[in-house]
Amino acid sequence: MLTLIGRRLAAAIPSVIGVVVVTFVLTRALPGDPAAYFAGPNADAKAIAEIRTALGLDRSLPEQFVRYVGDLLRGDLGQSLSTGRPVLVELASRLPASLELTLLGLVISLAIALPLGILAATRPNSWVDHLCRVIVTLGVSMPTFFTGLVLVYVFYFLLGWSPAPLGRLDAFFSSPPDRTGLYLVDSLLAGDAETFVAAAGQLVLPAATLAIFTLAPLARMTRASMLAVLSADFIRTARASGLSGGTVVFAYAFRNAMLPVVTTLGMVFSFLLGANVLVEKVFAWPGIGSYAIEALIAADYAPIQGFVLTMALLYVVLNLSIDLLYGIIDPRLEPAA
Amino acid sequence: MNETLRHVRHVLTENPVTLGAAGLFVFFVLAALLGPSLAPYDPFASDAARALQPPSLRHWFGTDALGRDIFSRVLVATRLDMAIAVSSVILAFAFGTLAGLAAGFLGGATDQAIGRLVDTIMAFPLFVLAMGIVAALGNTVTNIVLATAIINFPLYVRVARAETAQRKSAGFIEAARLSGDGETAILFGQLLPNILPIMMVQASLTMGYAILNAAGLSFIGLGVRPPTPEWGIMVAEGAGLMISGEWWVALFPGLVLMLAVFCFNLLGDALRDIVDPRRRS
Repeated sequence: MLTLIGRRLAAAIPSVIGVVVVTFVLTRALPGDPAAYFAGPNADAKAIAEIRTALGLDRSLPEQFVRYVGDLLRGDLGQSLSTGRPVLVELASRLPASLELTLLGLVISLAIALPLGILAATRPNSWVDHLCRVIVTLGVSMPTFFTGLVLVYVFYFLLGWSPAPLGRLDAFFSSPPDRTGLYLVDSLLAGDAETFVAAAGQLVLPAATLAIFTLAPLARMTRASMLAVLSADFIRTARASGLSGGTVVFAYAFRNAMLPVVTTLGMVFSFLLGANVLVEKVFAWPGIGSYAIEALIAADYAPIQGFVLTMALLYVVLNLSIDLLYGIIDPRLEPAA
Repeated sequence: MNETLRHVRHVLTENPVTLGAAGLFVFFVLAALLGPSLAPYDPFASDAARALQPPSLRHWFGTDALGRDIFSRVLVATRLDMAIAVSSVILAFAFGTLAGLAAGFLGGATDQAIGRLVDTIMAFPLFVLAMGIVAALGNTVTNIVLATAIINFPLYVRVARAETAQRKSAGFIEAARLSGDGETAILFGQLLPNILPIMMVQASLTMGYAILNAAGLSFIGLGVRPPTPEWGIMVAEGAGLMISGEWWVALFPGLVLMLAVFCFNLLGDALRDIVDPRRRS
């Protein structure tokens, strides 16, 4: 297992290098003169020249790149012009909000998509199968931000079931003592049931919005892959040997059918992290996505670059964990000990 | 050819949903071509006295916070949304197909270099990369097109590369080589026409995604600027009003956007059935 982890880690290194090179290119592709931009509108030629030297923009590109990588290794992502705070500090304080939302969205999505796909595959042409097909086709066509707004209108304005879509916690509550930064976990650790319920109430709609968007590829893949596995010879053998229907479906077919589904998770994470930005905007969620949007509107570049880098590294880590999960589900991939 | 036409008719008539999607497609094309001349009101004309009116016979989709007719704005926006999506798909299609052909046919270092480029793009969550590109290159519609093309590029390269590699040593390529065709002639005269239908399917399958992506970028304030009518930005303008119950401002542009994406996804599936019946799901 350790060699497997080591090999997967090594395979992720080119991705990380690629990500760093691209973010570097993006920083240098800024429209106009970055030095003039960072010096501000009132700066004279001398001030701009000083900034250029200070930022190292007068050096050659390879030199600038080495400097950029050095800054990254020291955790220096620059400063936000609009808030004046280091980008790393802001991203770190906002990341738990995004993670909590994204993970819950993924859990809801899996909790619906897997049973739906399995039911659709075991009962072809039943109403579940048709429902699955409709959801799969509609789900990929729904713009995330639009789904979110419709949910807000129905569940907040019409029914009044959910709280106002304004952030992680209603203003009447104070945030739970910070341990993990995930409000659900922190409030449980503090034994504060009221805050837990309030935080969960705020989370339901945005997480459901994310889930609706990612449901489609997962359900489609589960269905297709279960159908393929269920018609395989070893399933016929298992049935012929007298195993019960449930054992065949869950112990034999499900585990094998999960392999392609785990592979699709990579694409699902890509969707999820992108959709997360839009959902954060709709629900005024104080995560790194809305931080990036605020920075985009203020033309504040350092936070955007920090955000793109954080998301890309997060995605690399997620893909790495998919690879490891794949090795656990399919032991055949493990190198012979 | 006759055979193909019969097959097209079969695919269209067999499934009423596909026929509906084809009808919707014609509607969107007409709206994109004729939208500005069909619009009952000037999409930019604001009228404070008629602000935020719910849908009525006079204003089918209601009016927005500035009293502009939402139906006219949604109709006029079709051209811009379609233009962004179509041009980004064309860019990704052209460059992706060429790069995939080169990688699959030449192999070796070319294949490695193109593969590395594709892997690097795919190492990012795609929408986030698009945000980064637009932020870096400048907040314009052209850059939205470019960013959407770049994030779609890997899909085309992968399909084109796989299809080319699979046919590279086929009999008809050997025959062309024996009859004296040069490598360039084989690449563009034999391989390209053969993978083109599959690439067209890929284009129609990614069209919906391109529309979604462009609308998402303008929803967060990139590219298109107010008061230009565009679906994503119109949904953004109505987002705040959803909480106070003025649902129509965001609903109609969002619904039309969804229909457009839905229509292209269904047509993509139908086209795949026509071109490659073995891959039917």
